[in-house]
Amino acid sequence: MIKHLLSGGDLDADTATEILDTAAEMATVAGREIKKLPALRGRTVVNLFYEDSTRTRISFEAAAKRLSADVINFSAKGSSVTKGESLKDTALTLQAMGADAVVIRHPASGAPHRLANWVDGSVVNAGDGTHEHPTQALLDAYTMRARLGRLAGLSVAVVGDVLHSRVARSNVLLLSTLGAKVTLVGPPTLIPVDIAGALAPGTDVSYDLDSVLPNVDVVMMLRVQRERMNDSYFPSAREYARRYGLDGPRMRRLPEHAIVMHPGPMNRGMEITPEVADSPRSTIVEQVTNGVSVRMAVLYLLLGGNNR
Amino acid sequence: MTAYLITSVSVVGAAPTDLLIRDGVIAEVGPDLTAPDATVIDGTGLVALPGLVDLHTHLREPGREDAETVESGSRAAALGGYTAVCAMANTSPVADTAGVVEQVWRLGREAGLVDVQPIGAVTVGLAGERLAELGAMADSAARVRIFSDDGHCVADPKLMRRALEYVKAFDGIIAQHAEEPRLTEGAQMHEGEVSTRLGLIGWPAVAEEAIIARDVLLAEHVGSRLHVCHVSTAGSVEVLRQAKARGVRVSAEVTPHHLLLTDERAESYDPVFKVNPPLRTAADIAALRAALADGVIDVIATDHAPHAVEDKECEWAYARPGMLGLETALSIALDVLGPEWDLIAERMSRTPARIAGLTGHGVDPAPGVPANLTVIDPAARRTIDPAELASRSRNTPYARMTLPGRIVATFLRGEPTVLDGKAVK
Repeated sequence: MIKHLLSGGDLDADTATEILDTAAEMATVAGREIKKLPALRGRTVVNLFYEDSTRTRISFEAAAKRLSADVINFSAKGSSVTKGESLKDTALTLQAMGADAVVIRHPASGAPHRLANWVDGSVVNAGDGTHEHPTQALLDAYTMRARLGRLAGLSVAVVGDVLHSRVARSNVLLLSTLGAKVTLVGPPTLIPVDIAGALAPGTDVSYDLDSVLPNVDVVMMLRVQRERMNDSYFPSAREYARRYGLDGPRMRRLPEHAIVMHPGPMNRGMEITPEVADSPRSTIVEQVTNGVSVRMAVLYLLLGGNNR
Repeated sequence: MTAYLITSVSVVGAAPTDLLIRDGVIAEVGPDLTAPDATVIDGTGLVALPGLVDLHTHLREPGREDAETVESGSRAAALGGYTAVCAMANTSPVADTAGVVEQVWRLGREAGLVDVQPIGAVTVGLAGERLAELGAMADSAARVRIFSDDGHCVADPKLMRRALEYVKAFDGIIAQHAEEPRLTEGAQMHEGEVSTRLGLIGWPAVAEEAIIARDVLLAEHVGSRLHVCHVSTAGSVEVLRQAKARGVRVSAEVTPHHLLLTDERAESYDPVFKVNPPLRTAADIAALRAALADGVIDVIATDHAPHAVEDKECEWAYARPGMLGLETALSIALDVLGPEWDLIAERMSRTPARIAGLTGHGVDPAPGVPANLTVIDPAARRTIDPAELASRSRNTPYARMTLPGRIVATFLRGEPTVLDGKAVK
C-alpha cells in the first residue's frame, strides 16, 4: 500500500480498486446498529484544516471514529495558525504528538506534499488549493461503480470551472487509471492549458455541453463561483447558467441510464437547477454517504489496518 | 602590495603563458617570467578570464541583512569569479534616492571584495507611479547609470517612455523586468502542462513577450537604451532578434537557471525552484542557449536572490521567488556552453562591463590593464552543498548537483579576493 494519498495519480488501478472494494465492505458497517470497527484503536488521526470545509472534515472525522481511531481536529481558526505559525512548525508539533495520519485541507496547492516531508505519519490530501482532492475522486468513482456496475468504458463529462477545480484534476487522473473516458466541458476561459498532456492522454475537451450530453454515462457538475465573472472568466452568472448549467431540458438529453453528480456544495440555479439536483438521476446525497465509506477505506489501508 | 606570478595559465583559452600582477595592474604577460618577490601560483591547466561582471545581483542590504549583506554577497561574488556586481534597487528602503545608492556603494567599498555598482530605482518606491530622482542618483558618488524597478515591471507605457527618454541626458539605461502585471496576477510558475497538473496559477510567456515587444518599440521611438532583465522565453528571443536586426539599442540578459532548469522542477513543490520569471520549458532553454551563442542575448546575469530560510521553507504559494546564483554561475555557463572561453568572457565579463559602463572591468588580462581577473580550474568538478556557500542564504537550486569548474583565484585591482578557492577576507 502507498504511504500517503496526495494525488489521484498516486493510485494504480489495483490499489484504487482495492480501496473501492474495501469501501464496499466498510459500507456494510454503516448499515449496522453499532457503526464501529476496532481496526484503528489506539491510532491518532489529525484533521488539519486550513480552510472551512465542514462537510469534508466531518466526513473524515466520522470515518476515523468508525474505525475507533482517536481524532484530533486542528482547525486554522482559533489555533496558533492565526498567530502565524508556519506549516513546518505545525507539522513538527503534530509529529511530536504522535499523529499516525494527518488529513490536511489547505488553500495552497502542494501544501500536503510539503507536509509529507516533515511528518513520519501518513498524509491524506483532503483538498489543496486548485490542485487535487483525491478522496473526492475515489468517492465519485465508488458512486459510479455502485450505480452503473463498472468504471471501465464509462464516458464521464466533467462540467464547469475545471481551471480552479481540485475535484476535476483528481477525477481525470483516477478515472483514466480505471479505464473511464473523461470529457471536460466548460467555457474556454475555465479549461486549463494542455490538460490532456498534463493529466491523462485521451482526455477530451468540449465547449458545447449540449453536444456532449447524449453520449455520456455520467455528468459531473462542478461548483462555479459567481465571483469568477468579476475576473472576466464569463460575462454573467445568467449567461453561464444558460450555456453550461444543467437544467431539466438538458438533463432529458442524457441517455436513460445516465447519472448526475455534484461534489457539493451546490450553487442551485447556477450550475445546476433544483429540478436536476433533486431528480432520481442525482447521486448527490449518495456521494456524501459513500464519502465516509471511502475515507474509512483510505485510512484503514494507509494505516496498515489490514496487516494487523 | 604583494606581486603575484601566475605561471602556465591559459588566458581566455589561449596557449599557456605567465601573468605577473603588480601594483594593481597586469605588469607582464609572456613565457617564463621571473619575479623573485612575487607569490607564485601554478596555473597549469587553469584558465584566466577577465573578472566576471554581474548586471543583476540582489544584495538585500539595507533591509534584509538576515538574508544577505553587501559584504556576504560580495564574498559570494568573489568566490564565483566576479570582480563587479550591479546591486538591484529593491532594498528596504528602496534605492530610489542618492542617499540610499551612496550607502550601498559605500558598503561595497568597505567590504572591498568586488566593485559594487548600485542600480537605482526607476520609480519612487518601485511603485510604478512617478519617476525617482534619476539625475540625483546619476550625479551621486555612486554614479548610477542603470535604473531598474526589478521585481516589478514599469508597466505604465507613458512612464516607461519618459524614463527611457529622461536618462539619455546622462547616458543612462533602463533595465526592465518584463512582466505584464495584469497577465500574471497570483502567478506561481510557468503556464503550461506542469502548472495545469500542479494546480498552480500560470505565468504565461506572453506576459513577458508583450512587454518586451512594447519596450523595444518605445526605445526605438525615442532612441534610448533598453536592457531586458532575465529573458526567459523563446518568444522573447524572437522579439529581441527582430528588434536588434532593426538597429534598436536593446541588450538582454539570461540567468544561469533559465539556461538549465525546467518548470518540471516545480513537481516537488519545493519553493527553492520558485523564481520570477519562472523556470520555463526545454524548448525555451534551447532557444535561450542558441540566442546566447549567436548574440541575440548579450549577457549571462545571475539574478542572485538570497532569501531567508523561513521565506522558502513553506508552501509554494507563500514562498518568495528567487534563487542564489553568484557562486554557481560560471559552473552553469561551463556546463551549458562548454569550454568556449571567449564566449564566456564576452557574455559574463566584457559585455556586462560595457553595458554598465564599468571601466577597468571586462578587459582581458594584458600588460597595463587593471588586474581584475579570475582563474578557473575547468577540470574540477564539485558537488554543491548549500551549507558551504558564502551567501547568508541557502536557496540554491543546485543542491547536490555536481557541476564542472571551480574558481581558484580572483583578483580585484591586483589584490586577491580568492586564493586556493577560498575567500581571502
